[in-house]
Amino acid sequence: MPAHLKVLALVGFMLVVVATPREWFAAYAFFLAVLVTVGAVARVRPGWVLKRMVVEVPFVVFAVLMPFIAQGPRVDVLGLSLSESGLLSAWGLLAKGTLGVIAGLMLAATTTPQELVRGLERLRMPEQLVQIMAFMVRYLEVVTDEMRRMAVARASRGFVARNPLHWPVLARSVGALFIRSFERGERVHLAMVSRGYTGRMPR
Amino acid sequence: MHVPDGFLDAPTSIATGAVAFVAVGVALRGARRELDDKTAPLAGLVAAFVFATQMINFPVGAGTSGHLMGGALAAVLVGPWTGVLCVSVVLIVQSLLFADGGITALGTNILLIAVATVVVGWFVTRVLLKVLPKRVGMVAPAAAVGAFVSVPAAALVFTGLYAVGGTADISLTTLATAMLGWHTVIGLGEAAITFLAVGAILSVRPDLVYAARGVISERDLVIKTKEAVA
Repeated sequence: MPAHLKVLALVGFMLVVVATPREWFAAYAFFLAVLVTVGAVARVRPGWVLKRMVVEVPFVVFAVLMPFIAQGPRVDVLGLSLSESGLLSAWGLLAKGTLGVIAGLMLAATTTPQELVRGLERLRMPEQLVQIMAFMVRYLEVVTDEMRRMAVARASRGFVARNPLHWPVLARSVGALFIRSFERGERVHLAMVSRGYTGRMPR
Repeated sequence: MHVPDGFLDAPTSIATGAVAFVAVGVALRGARRELDDKTAPLAGLVAAFVFATQMINFPVGAGTSGHLMGGALAAVLVGPWTGVLCVSVVLIVQSLLFADGGITALGTNILLIAVATVVVGWFVTRVLLKVLPKRVGMVAPAAAVGAFVSVPAAALVFTGLYAVGGTADISLTTLATAMLGWHTVIGLGEAAITFLAVGAILSVRPDLVYAARGVISERDLVIKTKEAVA
């Protein structure tokens, strides 16, 4: 399936999910079933999805706090006085957020970054933005690799970051990483100019 | 700390999406003025840098750690337009390839993390540099204050959006105090790291720091002949 259709499908699907009132519990079971079917058809491994769902954790914490801090009539659950509307909001947040993460991961699992960039280009994303994104995606590995080498270099000199006193060391690495990335950008640009680049990518 | 899907209702999400679209469009034009035809490779590499930086964990103690948001840092290093652009691209990639931040909340996230932090961070830094004595040593402190203010400012914008399209009925004052209080603490960390990182870059390549352009003294090329050396 072409990437641009997948992106459109994802946006459409999530808009429907977000617009669905949170009291329609059956609808959410249906949404989840749709995602599970997609995952099964695309042979996405459940373990892969579960591992990447940790990005959601901060908001799970927020949702769990919701019943305690929201207003309105309260109910007693297991001896705790909780807000009814807060419970409902927490459910809504968790359900929609989780569906969003799973749906996003379905796209991520079945699309390479290059396909995605081409898909966004077909969706008429501004050309400059597509180019920037293409460069970012292309050099992401290079830059993170550079960062990893710095981490190895620090570690091999016995450095372990334990508390804020060690921040200057890490921040200097951030600075070095910026200089290296920026200079690499300049080199890439010069290399492109010398090959006839005028601001547009050849097709 | 990206906003996930379903945190704000659908109309608000679409509205923030439209605003973000316009903001990125304006930033694209501005960035071309800052970088000319270097825009794509340089902004792309800086975006990759911002993404990588967010992966570095800064230990806070007691087993917890935080990471840089990088909005104000990007603004100080590459200028506000390119900064908005880079952080926006990072958010788009994170949302589509890592499911970090909901796709329907993408506009909200761009507005909060890319536009609000970069613009506020840049504005505060700029004003401070205007007021403070024009010395290179002033750039890092000014950037730190910019970074510090930018985080609670973004939290405040979020509270505003929540007031319009929030999906839970928490009293706004509770939310505002919690968000502001918490993000002031995060802002302190952001300020410390931005201060240290900008300082580190200034000591090596001051010419690369966009905000320092006005304060680096122009030096004439001095050619030392034999007599002059002797």
